[in-house]
Amino acid sequence: MTMQRTILALTLAGSLAAAVAAPAFAQEHSHETPQPPGNKWSFAGPFGKYDEAQLQRGFKVYKEVCASCHSLSMVAFRNLADPGGPGYSPAQAAAVAAEYKIKDLDDKGEPIERDGRAADYFPPPFPNDRAAAAANGGVAPPDLSTIAKARTYERGFPWFVFDIFTQYQEQGPDYLVALLKGYEDPPQGFQLPPGGNYNKYFPGHAIAMPKPLQDGQVTYDDGAPQTLDQYAKDVSAFLMWAAEPHLVARKRLGFQVMIFLIVLAGLMYFTKKKVWHEVEKPREIAAGQDPSKTTL
Amino acid sequence: MTTVSSAEHTRRDFLYIATGAVGAVGAAAALVPLIAQMNPDASTVAAGAPIEVDLAPIAEGQIVKVFWRSKPIFISHRSKKEIEEAQKVNVGTLPDPEPDSARVKQGHDPWLVVIGICTHLGCIPLAHQGEYNGFFCPCHGSAYDTSGRIRKGPAPKNLPLPPYQFVSDTKIRIG
Amino acid sequence: MSGHSTYQPQNKFLQWFEKRLPIGGLIHSSFVAYPTPRNLNYWWTFGGILSFMLGVQIITGIVLAMHYTPHVDFAFKSVEAIMRDVNYGWLLRYLHANGASMFFFAVYIHMFRGIYYGSYKEPREVLWILGVIIYLLMMATGFMGYVLVWGQMSFWAATVITNLFSAIPGIGDPIVTWLWGGYAVGNPTLNRFYSLHYLLPFAIAGVVILHVWALHVVGQNNPTGIEPKSDKDTVPFTPYATVKDGFFMVVFMILLAWFVFYLPNFMGHADNYIPANPAVTPAHIVPEWYYLPFYAILRAIPDKLMGVVALFASILILAFLPWLDTSRVRSARYRPLFKQFFWLWVVVCIGLGWLGAKPAEGIYVILSRILTVYYFAFFIVVLPLLGIFEKTKPVPNSISDAVLDGKAKA
Repeated sequence: MTMQRTILALTLAGSLAAAVAAPAFAQEHSHETPQPPGNKWSFAGPFGKYDEAQLQRGFKVYKEVCASCHSLSMVAFRNLADPGGPGYSPAQAAAVAAEYKIKDLDDKGEPIERDGRAADYFPPPFPNDRAAAAANGGVAPPDLSTIAKARTYERGFPWFVFDIFTQYQEQGPDYLVALLKGYEDPPQGFQLPPGGNYNKYFPGHAIAMPKPLQDGQVTYDDGAPQTLDQYAKDVSAFLMWAAEPHLVARKRLGFQVMIFLIVLAGLMYFTKKKVWHEVEKPREIAAGQDPSKTTL
Repeated sequence: MTTVSSAEHTRRDFLYIATGAVGAVGAAAALVPLIAQMNPDASTVAAGAPIEVDLAPIAEGQIVKVFWRSKPIFISHRSKKEIEEAQKVNVGTLPDPEPDSARVKQGHDPWLVVIGICTHLGCIPLAHQGEYNGFFCPCHGSAYDTSGRIRKGPAPKNLPLPPYQFVSDTKIRIG
Repeated sequence: MSGHSTYQPQNKFLQWFEKRLPIGGLIHSSFVAYPTPRNLNYWWTFGGILSFMLGVQIITGIVLAMHYTPHVDFAFKSVEAIMRDVNYGWLLRYLHANGASMFFFAVYIHMFRGIYYGSYKEPREVLWILGVIIYLLMMATGFMGYVLVWGQMSFWAATVITNLFSAIPGIGDPIVTWLWGGYAVGNPTLNRFYSLHYLLPFAIAGVVILHVWALHVVGQNNPTGIEPKSDKDTVPFTPYATVKDGFFMVVFMILLAWFVFYLPNFMGHADNYIPANPAVTPAHIVPEWYYLPFYAILRAIPDKLMGVVALFASILILAFLPWLDTSRVRSARYRPLFKQFFWLWVVVCIGLGWLGAKPAEGIYVILSRILTVYYFAFFIVVLPLLGIFEKTKPVPNSISDAVLDGKAKA
């Protein structure tokens, strides 16, 4: 028994040591990319909800800044009025839609541009991917519909295990905030490729997108601070909603399902105990045992 | 086993019934998403929003077909003769009695707007055809008059009217 | 070993029906009267959990197929439409995606349990091999399902995994072209994966029926590894096993729901939310977590053909387990040395999984090689030799002896 424990302990210790040592070893190789700092998000945790005012501000930042290069092709104007979203009314969503021109055909089949309707999707800033690439130094700016779920950073051991219990799922928005705020002068000796911009948090540090946001760039009507920090958080929250529009409904239903399953598990447990107890009893008594202590 | 008291019996039975009931509720709740997913999705519902149709280009005697919620809508600009034919019928003799005035909007007698789906089994009737010069369904021979009322054939009901209103004299909004 | 059918329906119609098709008697003897060892622990509930998960995957899968479009231009968009527009689409898709992970999690526990208690030994060899076949089918199904999303990881997983076959000398390249239906992974590949992803779960269900059949012929193993000798050693399947399985199934559902509702993308890869782009390979491509140990074995070997051979061998070797393990004692309870080597092997499997997610460079490659050597040595060196050299503990006379003995000690 002792020998077995020793071997097990040695194995565990060995694998732990390897787990700790290996990343340190690997880090010497790659250029250091710091982990994005965590943020407080209203939509984190089991009871998380989007902050409507924040989504509305983030939408303003997207509309006035990001939208000039980035499409949002999978989000429709009607979504702005969906429950669990930015909280616009259907009329307000339709009004936003009417600000946009949508390519369509008239009755004679001629291409026209008509006013947007609630059912339309956000139109792209470039006619097609190739045009987008040509206008942006060879690479098309990515669509932002799923970007908050499409970006992450390596959590590493043991954090990814803890995340299961803390429900940390906000790597995407944390990374986006860090990226938007991470522009700085390249350190000495860093060779920035032509057309690149130095960003502390971008893998490889040379990002094609120039610094998109600065203090005071977008006017807020609700008195929120007009700072880069606030813009970055608001637009990241908005993009999280764009990528996961049913998050609020998901967490709400999740809580109900959890309560239900815990109750059912409890009932099942006692039923199981009862059923097994009855078969146990005569045998346990025959064997001179106390039947109330049976657990099998 | 044989000497279980009746109180224990009751307690045990209650536990079993409660567990079974809660489990059954869960199974039923699990069916909700499985059934709901077959309903039209949000984009389909949004695409079913009202549409506006300009009546100005439709000449007298002409019938145009537009689509609303994937259903064909016939918009008929009826001639004087067609209106007369529709109005003078003895309503009592019809299979689905309805006066012409109930089929059009007040003050807009020339305009008949109907869902162009035969009430028999869903085919699209042909316009300006059949014995009553209204609509004729080629699938099983149902004939409708110039008011879209069933006159002959297996169809049980008149062609249904979509919800619509006149936003101006020459423009309607369907839906 | 199915319980003798004492099934006599009271209802007149059922009596009439039973004479013509004795399905009631079959169900009764298999799932009601069927005797199960009375000492089964909770590790034995995973068979039921796996059947449940197969059902969940098939039902949610059929529903998702109603909304999915298997075309390179629309696949990603249709998945996003499911997530955004379809009523409860987000729930169905997250259930299906996380359900796959939980399915594999449960199957690994089921397999580890089988190995620990020697459930593959005579007369359960065919039962065990059917299980290995189910596992292989699950791997194929899971892989093809992952491709259907048509994100970056889907596309590059399809490329890498199909390219494994290019290692076959001589005919490798034509085989890969044949698998793709083109000169690269493309629309024909997506279409055939969709077809097969829909088909294979029913093949799994078929083999599961054989697996359960075989189980009911030879009877369940149990923690002592001794066959039941009398009625004292067994209890009827219903209500004893059903209620126990049911309880743990609900506990397992809590785990599944935790991921579906609170961590739906924990098991996934962020890159798979980027639409497939045949012109750009993501910096780190890794398979889903349940393939990682095998991926680590593949990368541990510096030769292309040998790497692929090792990958397939690491799975197929499981089928030979009944003959590689030469010990007469089934359960690890009475095999002190085996127990240690077994747990070491479990740690090695987890370690390989961790290494599979790491870049194939430096220390990771060295560690992968060490663990790969142990992985295989466990099967081809340790198990055959242990049967000869291990001094096993005395095995109790019967299951009820073991149960009462255990109670007395406690």
